[in-house]
Amino acid sequence: MNGIAFVWQFLEVVLAVALAPLFTGWIAQCRAWMQNRSAPPITQPYRMLRKLFHKEAVLADHASPLFRAAPYVLFGTMALAAAIIPSIVTDLPFARAADAIALIGIFATARVCQALAAMDIGTAFGSMGARREMMIGFLAEPAILMVFFNAFLLFGTTALPGVVDNYASHPSVIDPSVIFAAIGFVMVLLAENARIPIDNPATHLELTMIHEAMVLEYSGRHLALIEWASSLKLFNYACIGIALFLPWGIAIHGASFAFVLFALAALIVKLAVCGAALALIESLSAKLRLFRAPEFLAMAFLIAVLGLLVHLLMGANTSA
Amino acid sequence: MLIVCCWLLLAVAGMLRPHSIRYVARLLFPLGAVASLAMFGVAAEFLFAGRAPQTMTLVLGLPDLPFHLRLDALSAFFLMVLGLAGAGISTFAAGYFRSGEGTAPGLLGLHYHVFMASMAVVMLADDAYLFMVAWEVMALSSYFLVTSQHRIPEIRQAGFLYLLMAHVGAICILLSFGVMQGGSWQLTFDAMRGASLTPLRATMAFALALAGFGAKAGVVPAHVWLPEAHPAAPSPVSAMMSGLMLKTAIYGLLRVTFDLLHVRFWQWGLAVLVLGLFSGVFGAIFAAVQTDMKRLLAYSSIENIGLIVTAVGLAILFAASHLPLYAALALAAALIHVLNHSLFKSMLFLTTGSVLHATKQRSLGKLGGLIRYMPWVAAFALIGTLAIAGLPPLNGFVSEWLLLQSFLFTPRLPHTFVNMLVPLGAAVLALTVALAAYVMVKFYGVVFLGQPREPSLVQAHRSNWLERIGLAWLAAGCIAIGVEPQLALQAAGSVTGMLVGQTVASSPSAWRIAPIAPEQASYSGWIFLLVIVCVVAITFLAVRLLAHGRVRRSPPWDCGYRWQDARMQDTAEGFGQPIRQIFGPLFWMQVHLPSPADEAPSYRVHIEDRIWRAIYRPISAAVQRAADAMSFLQSGRLAVYLLFSFLTLLVLLVFAL
Repeated sequence: MNGIAFVWQFLEVVLAVALAPLFTGWIAQCRAWMQNRSAPPITQPYRMLRKLFHKEAVLADHASPLFRAAPYVLFGTMALAAAIIPSIVTDLPFARAADAIALIGIFATARVCQALAAMDIGTAFGSMGARREMMIGFLAEPAILMVFFNAFLLFGTTALPGVVDNYASHPSVIDPSVIFAAIGFVMVLLAENARIPIDNPATHLELTMIHEAMVLEYSGRHLALIEWASSLKLFNYACIGIALFLPWGIAIHGASFAFVLFALAALIVKLAVCGAALALIESLSAKLRLFRAPEFLAMAFLIAVLGLLVHLLMGANTSA
Repeated sequence: MLIVCCWLLLAVAGMLRPHSIRYVARLLFPLGAVASLAMFGVAAEFLFAGRAPQTMTLVLGLPDLPFHLRLDALSAFFLMVLGLAGAGISTFAAGYFRSGEGTAPGLLGLHYHVFMASMAVVMLADDAYLFMVAWEVMALSSYFLVTSQHRIPEIRQAGFLYLLMAHVGAICILLSFGVMQGGSWQLTFDAMRGASLTPLRATMAFALALAGFGAKAGVVPAHVWLPEAHPAAPSPVSAMMSGLMLKTAIYGLLRVTFDLLHVRFWQWGLAVLVLGLFSGVFGAIFAAVQTDMKRLLAYSSIENIGLIVTAVGLAILFAASHLPLYAALALAAALIHVLNHSLFKSMLFLTTGSVLHATKQRSLGKLGGLIRYMPWVAAFALIGTLAIAGLPPLNGFVSEWLLLQSFLFTPRLPHTFVNMLVPLGAAVLALTVALAAYVMVKFYGVVFLGQPREPSLVQAHRSNWLERIGLAWLAAGCIAIGVEPQLALQAAGSVTGMLVGQTVASSPSAWRIAPIAPEQASYSGWIFLLVIVCVVAITFLAVRLLAHGRVRRSPPWDCGYRWQDARMQDTAEGFGQPIRQIFGPLFWMQVHLPSPADEAPSYRVHIEDRIWRAIYRPISAAVQRAADAMSFLQSGRLAVYLLFSFLTLLVLLVFAL
């Protein structure tokens, strides 16, 4: 661990925070193109953030300090997650603080904070959104855990930088279980980030909304922070997916400066492809009824379990 | 040992002036807290210094049958837990008990301190005789505490159910000790350690111990007494029972399985594991549909005990398969969760006590918005809520993380089918933990957030300073273990060293833990806390500097419907609705929906355990039938009874000859 590593660490977090709205904007743009609409500019999320930061914040009369603190905590947890996920380099000092399982814990912290803040005002929508969000949470966690379990069986580590390093040392090995895990992961990603088919980020239709119902009482800078944190969350999930399933090009320990620049370019290309793929999935599927969500996530779970069983039955052991 | 005497002395002192609340509450309970603190100090010193076991023989009890005491790492760890949480609970209790609530304060003090002392003796006992005596004293004193408001029929009923379950459990434990002495008729644990049992006998002893301790710990299906007894007891007592007494059962299970029976078969571990996982999910699901805050916490205790028992089962599985390092990891997870649960669950029960005193309400449907009237209690409850929901950087996360880590190694078990199916246990575990988060969001959200559901809540008064100190002590424990899990891991290390002969890998540096190897997985609470705090501070300053800090207050948005009021918030029933929908087949449910034409529409949902109907009702009916069938013997005439005695004597004589 040296000074350079801390610099990279810092730059990576800043980059994640800065790029996250762009990623969201890119997905929205792709979606609009695929649906034959004229697309908003890719910088639209930044404009929205700027507008929100300059508006005054309207708080309900009886909003408690918890309600005001939640957006900051949410943003903090997402920045922490970004610090742990190796998106460009793997030599991250903070990444040793948490493995993939602790990462689930960080996302859970963010979720609980947001749900509690949503219940603080005491309107019907807030707590409805909170309970739906928590429901998605407990359905998604077993599935994502099974995905990480798969990674552990393959690489003998749950630390994401370790996974990437191990990929680099056996680049040609593609275990069939990885494919199952990847499908499961994408399904969880959709559910956790309030995307179609579980939730629709573009609507305020009361019967279907989850995420939007929770943030209904927020405005001004608080809403800006929450929106930024949720695009950061999507960005983080995409980076986890890249680290687990498409890690080629990430700069491993002791890589040269030029290679890090290459890794950055690779990351941007990968994110662009992932974003387009996400937009495609979203355009092709319809929003599910809320109580079909358990089936959707149970399927994600079963696919991940299948991957696990495939791995165990084949007896393949690349970690050894 | 001295501390036990101290508690007994306090108990007796309480009897001197039983009706003076000032004397009992303000003097004796704080002294009890000091004694607990001393207990914590002694036990922690013993653990961290890594001392050799100390034994002691007391010439008390029956002639030729002295009491044996022994302090080793396992008992020291549990005594540490007892002291740590006990100090907080006693301080809170000093501020909590008021006069005129059922039993006289002096009597309450007597039961309370005898309860404490008996728990300590259970952990110190080194022979089956003393163990059972202390176990029974514990059951009885807690029974009196549960029924301290004995004028209410439901509370008497709950107390009776508790007593019944406690005794069924005690009989199983007694029988288990009977099997374990293996024909030598020596009751000391030393003799049992050395006894050579046939596999069948060992398994019998294990099964009986599991049944007995399981009944005390509230493992499903022997959990039915928990949701009845915990709400009935005064809050500090619920905190003691849930936070500490359930742990004596875990202690007993560990003592018998690892120390006395030396873990023979991996099948034991599998049985324990399955029971634990089932209890975990079951407890969490039922907690999510409760509408009484103490019942909710009681079901959450079942869930946490389920997690602990799961970890114990995993440890047995690993230990019996000769993987001592992984066994040590699972065992450390179990022990740290014992410690954690004793902190946050007692804290949450104590906050319900403050809420109960302030509002006279226990039903979730009538609370709400208390964060504005009881800010201190709400702040502590928030810490407890986040901790019990297993969120980093608090302590609940540490033990759950360790447990998940140990699940990762289950594919290395040397049994073909087991190593494929057990990893799925990790998914069940993740479901349990995430459900626990759901439950705690419901608990905190409905009680402390939102708008007050009853107008009277506006007058809710604040807690007093003794209550706050007690809560602050427990909250500090939660945070300390969360950011510095090293300490707990070290304490657990000396226990795992004693039970499975291995400790988890020492930590690579002072600020993070890596139980197996640093490159496999590590966790640091400090970094979590620091990064989040830094980012929050930077963001806050940046927003203030670059944008502005203006705030306008207005009524919440009413969706254009002007008549919205506090009654239209989501209720506890409403919050449980997704759970009822998804896990419907688990419940025995009666839903009453109003018809569209109803003048005064009402909605009712009644939920019951299926286990209650499937197991307990038939048993109680059978007992009733058997009693009815025997009732012809009870004629009420003295001569007939004498005849029965005479006949019995005759039969016995025939056998004797």
